[in-house]
Amino acid sequence: MSSATLAAGAAAPRRGRRPSIARERRWALWTSYIALAIFAVGFLIPPYFELVTSLKTSQEIGAGTDPWFTQHLFFGNYTSIIHNPQFQIFFLNSVKLTIVVVCVTMVISVLAAYALARMRFFGSQMFATGVFLTYLVPESLLFIPLFKELANLHLINNTWALAFVWPTLSVPFCTWILIGYFGSIPKELDEAAMIDGASHLQMLWKIFIPVAMPGIIAATIFAFTVCWGDFLYPLAFLFTSKQMVLTAGIVSTLIHGDVLDWGHIMAANILASAPPILIYAFLMDYYIAGLTAGATKG
Amino acid sequence: MSQVSIRKVVKSYEGGVQAVKGIDLEIADEEFVVLVGPSGCGKSTTLRMIAGLEEITAGEIWIGGDVVNDVPPRDRDIAMVFQNYALYPHMSVFENMAFGLKLRKFPKDEIKRRVDEAARILDIAMLLDRKPKALSGGQRQRVAMGRAIVRNPKVFLFDEPLSNLDAKLRVQMRTEIKKVHQTVRTTTVYVTHDQVEAMTLADRVVVMNHGVIEQVGPPQELYHNPATRFVAGFIGSPAMNFLPAELVDDGGLKIRLATGEKLPIPPARLDRYGKAKGRRLTFGLRPEHLTETRSDEKPGVVRIQANVDVVEPMGMETMVHFFTDGVPVCARIDPAVQARPGETLALAADLNQMHLIDDETGRVI
Repeated sequence: MSSATLAAGAAAPRRGRRPSIARERRWALWTSYIALAIFAVGFLIPPYFELVTSLKTSQEIGAGTDPWFTQHLFFGNYTSIIHNPQFQIFFLNSVKLTIVVVCVTMVISVLAAYALARMRFFGSQMFATGVFLTYLVPESLLFIPLFKELANLHLINNTWALAFVWPTLSVPFCTWILIGYFGSIPKELDEAAMIDGASHLQMLWKIFIPVAMPGIIAATIFAFTVCWGDFLYPLAFLFTSKQMVLTAGIVSTLIHGDVLDWGHIMAANILASAPPILIYAFLMDYYIAGLTAGATKG
Repeated sequence: MSQVSIRKVVKSYEGGVQAVKGIDLEIADEEFVVLVGPSGCGKSTTLRMIAGLEEITAGEIWIGGDVVNDVPPRDRDIAMVFQNYALYPHMSVFENMAFGLKLRKFPKDEIKRRVDEAARILDIAMLLDRKPKALSGGQRQRVAMGRAIVRNPKVFLFDEPLSNLDAKLRVQMRTEIKKVHQTVRTTTVYVTHDQVEAMTLADRVVVMNHGVIEQVGPPQELYHNPATRFVAGFIGSPAMNFLPAELVDDGGLKIRLATGEKLPIPPARLDRYGKAKGRRLTFGLRPEHLTETRSDEKPGVVRIQANVDVVEPMGMETMVHFFTDGVPVCARIDPAVQARPGETLALAADLNQMHLIDDETGRVI
């Protein structure tokens, strides 16, 4: 009896010192908010600065009065960039190429991911790992050998050269995302389809693609982002403005020697960023669902 | 005609693991056969081999008079219901049920007729426009059955279809499955680990263990005349009581238990057990044959004393647990009889219902 009383007495103060669940949760939330706020501010300052600069006249930019605000909203940079025939060519080239490369990427990735995730064959696991390892090789290591290969194919300074090159960046990661997504689809679903009479192609088209749509959308957005935003390959493989795409084109035509036309550069950057921003704004939920599916589903 | 024959079928995996070790089974047209056994006994593998989802290492599987070893699942004319329903989540109930017919290019009005008919049988006509996520577990299982029924296949295969349902719904769906089989009369192979499901649904039960068939027979036959110790212990809940024993001559043939207690063999069993003298044996008796004592006990019933360990009142009966020489024993008594832990209780053992098992072969004598 007495020992039980002593034990209870000793336990009481320890329970008092223990932090409550609510307090722990509050601390975790505050820490998260602070960390996220620092990152958000850090990442949002450059685009904000870009936007503000694009709305300033060259004189105001040159004067360097207030980097954070503009005294008068000036849309001249936008109108002149939009009417610039070179910018129009860059934009059109980027759109054409991106559409082609995204389509090619998705066809290859969906077929490869289905085969690697579902059709057991000798070496499939090794292939799956190999696909991911390809993604880990950086562009900066590849562009010299790729230059040599494109030169052999007489595709240097040809916009469509990028249609061969960009899939090397987009296909591995998209395939990897989709392997994870397809892997999370219960095996019984394809067995049921098989018994119902579906061939592999019908199973892919009628079951896997509709069920894995969030993953496919995520992979599509990724492929789009890679192509639309790539800078190094266009800079290395394209020279003339007729063949250029947006990223390298803006830099190569709006910088004349050591003269930097900041207003136009920033306006062109904002316009070039608009399509990805719009796509992410509308499809963000699918993107997150697609990227996390492999990790959270059985 | 849609008989299924399994002849000397073996399934081995890489590394030499044998999941199924040369089984033989004949399933008649319109028969409802249940494969039952513990996890890893090979029952699901056998079903999947019939479906064509697993390749056969050796042997032959016949469906409707044809060897189907190399026939892909879609051409075997079978339909399967899975444990997790395997409904296509992006399709409505109607589309799920019609999927197999569409792939087989049935005319639209025929598809509609068949789906409506199956929906009527399963009472899911009002759910045809819903997506699977908007259905309860029981409704999903009905849709999965509907998907099988519309195809009008030669054989239905069920792979533990009720395991994901709660206990009440499981009982309800069990009745539904039986009703559906009585209506459509399609040959059915049903896999479960639940012996109650097996006993209530099957025309014949196939008990499997370690990749072999232990016994095949109607539920009552398996219950009353188990062929092996495994079947005797697996079928029936609570399980049969087993006690180490030997046969001795002591003014007639008697069973001597490890406690030294000697029980007389009923005259009807003397011939059967006479040859087993001197072998290591196990004495088996089901809990319902170990009951409270009565004044009108028939010949072959002997009385024993039990020191009650645990009492489990179940309402219509009471389970009494006690130990005999360290071996747990369960008796099923009338709930009106007072039994308390720690007290001594007189019980009547009906030796007319006893089983003797040869420890060496594991077979019931």
